[in-house]
Amino acid sequence: MGRIEKAFEKPAFIGYMVAGDPDIERSKTVASAIIGGGADIIEIGIPFTDPVADGPVIQRADTRALSAGAVPSSAFEITRDIRRYSDVPVVIFTYINPIIKAGFDSFYAGAKESGADAVLIVDMPFEEADEAQAAAGKHGLDQIFLVSITTSEERMKKIAEKASGFVYLISALGTTGQRDQIPQEALELVAKAKKIFDIPVVVGFGISGPGNARRLIDSGADGVVVGSAIVSAIEDNMDSAEGIGDSIRKLVNEIKSGIDS
Amino acid sequence: MSVDIVKPGRFGRFGGQFVPETLMFALNELEYSYRKFSADDRFKAEFNGYLRSYAGRETPLTFCKNISKDLGCRVYLKREDLLHGGAHKINNTLGQVLLAKYMGKERIIAETGAGQHGVATAIAGALLRIPVEIYMGEKDCERQKLNVFRMELLGAKVHPVGSGTKTLKDATNEAMRDWVASVMNTHYVIGSVVGPHPFPEMVRDFQSVIGNETKRQVMQAEGRLPDAAVACVGGGSNAIGMFHPFISDPVRLIGVEAGGKGNTPGQHGAALCKGEPGVLHGALSYLLQDENGQISETDSISAGLDYPGVGPEHSMLKDAGRVDYRMAGDDNVLKAFAYLSKKEGIIPALESAHAVSYLMDNSSEFEKDDIVVVCLSGRGDKDVARVAELSEAI
Repeated sequence: MGRIEKAFEKPAFIGYMVAGDPDIERSKTVASAIIGGGADIIEIGIPFTDPVADGPVIQRADTRALSAGAVPSSAFEITRDIRRYSDVPVVIFTYINPIIKAGFDSFYAGAKESGADAVLIVDMPFEEADEAQAAAGKHGLDQIFLVSITTSEERMKKIAEKASGFVYLISALGTTGQRDQIPQEALELVAKAKKIFDIPVVVGFGISGPGNARRLIDSGADGVVVGSAIVSAIEDNMDSAEGIGDSIRKLVNEIKSGIDS
Repeated sequence: MSVDIVKPGRFGRFGGQFVPETLMFALNELEYSYRKFSADDRFKAEFNGYLRSYAGRETPLTFCKNISKDLGCRVYLKREDLLHGGAHKINNTLGQVLLAKYMGKERIIAETGAGQHGVATAIAGALLRIPVEIYMGEKDCERQKLNVFRMELLGAKVHPVGSGTKTLKDATNEAMRDWVASVMNTHYVIGSVVGPHPFPEMVRDFQSVIGNETKRQVMQAEGRLPDAAVACVGGGSNAIGMFHPFISDPVRLIGVEAGGKGNTPGQHGAALCKGEPGVLHGALSYLLQDENGQISETDSISAGLDYPGVGPEHSMLKDAGRVDYRMAGDDNVLKAFAYLSKKEGIIPALESAHAVSYLMDNSSEFEKDDIVVVCLSGRGDKDVARVAELSEAI
């Protein structure tokens, strides 16, 4: 059984961070805190100058990371660091341009070599995915796809033919960022996706606490992704690496306990 | 010459739809509606009626006897500067806003650089009674204060964008973020031949009226095709509008990009001359970027050309060798701005002055009887205050 498959034996908590936020060394601490807090999968984002799918919190994280000198391979450096102490599955999360610049084959080879398990390209619908899929197949990585409230059943079926690992449902219209409530559409989306996909279905965008995470798991989701809430914990504790680690561990643990109970 | 479209939504290898999944629904809906209504007689009649009686088409093709004598070739200007709103942008905004109405959309958003596209969108929104919100970089709001006021006067809401470079690129990011959230009831009027399919094709079709009229007018005036057509290229909508009808003709086509302050990365906006293929704002095209695939900063005296990307069809035309892409630097552009004003009594937009600058500096490429058409994409009223400040600083 692969690492990702194994992570879904129970409802999975997926924690997102930006590689190099607030700098390379402290982002290794962030990764270890996400894992230490009980995350089942970690998503490592490659910072990008023009993150059009992200809200202000993750945009600021990207800016901090780029200012600190983070490059696409910083995500691999952090993955290698994680592999020294953990087998938690790693998903590399990126916009497509850094991959085009590096070359698909070289990028996926680098991801595999570092110990990553999957790649998710946020601005790549399945129609544009041929090169990515070929590279993922060649290097033995899963290619994760997104599904939105606006995705028709017909599109979902086409995505299901290509997706592996798990499928990532976008819970609300709009960019990443915490939201107070899980919209009814998200719960309906989970039900629809569960019928179409035979791989695990996770929900992200806007999940901020144990309450709405639990609600999604109860509605049938196999996991939840928390991103902006973690990144905010970095912003709130910029003066202390210890503070960053502690607050992230606590946040992850709280949500993880919520979905386990 | 290979300029065949290999698959829908692609220009050679360029173009495509590199957007978050949420927007695929809107792009598919837009493509379906565009195909449907662009073939619909009622839509066509209404659109052409607005172009004629509201925007002021057709625009004249002006023979410039003074600069023709000075430069040693027969120079014509295609007068898009005389359109309502002061630039070619209205050809596209009337088309897209009307399409949005036919599609039943309730709200319009747009990005703007120099403010010309924002103004043209606000005009179309006021005419067609649909609310408009414009994203504009803070730096551009400062450079083009007058256009901010014009947009507000026309009833649009202007959102200054303070993230990133505070120019057109980040205004476009913010408009895309709005669209991801509002996609159910909102149409995003992209202002150039950039963005995901079907925008580059649709905007080209709306702007091709420029080249179609030019062809007819020059045939009437001279009894033959021109030897060359010149246009400035930011995203490239006035250029593609001028070039597209001439693609299969023996006419030299020259696109002029922003040379800015110099050749160092960050000092110019010349995506075709200096960039490499990559994805920004939904399409694969030439792009100014660094060795890690991060998007570069740009610089140009003209806010409308201060952008790191370019339309995918231009990328195909560059690779096919069909269009010759050049650069004009800020200093020469200012000279061209003054030159056309003094010699012909026509104050060009700083964007359009790039095309004039190319001709001034390269007139030796043309013979005495050669006919050269320059697309005067906009008028310079919006730039006068800025140029006056710069002149005082010198």
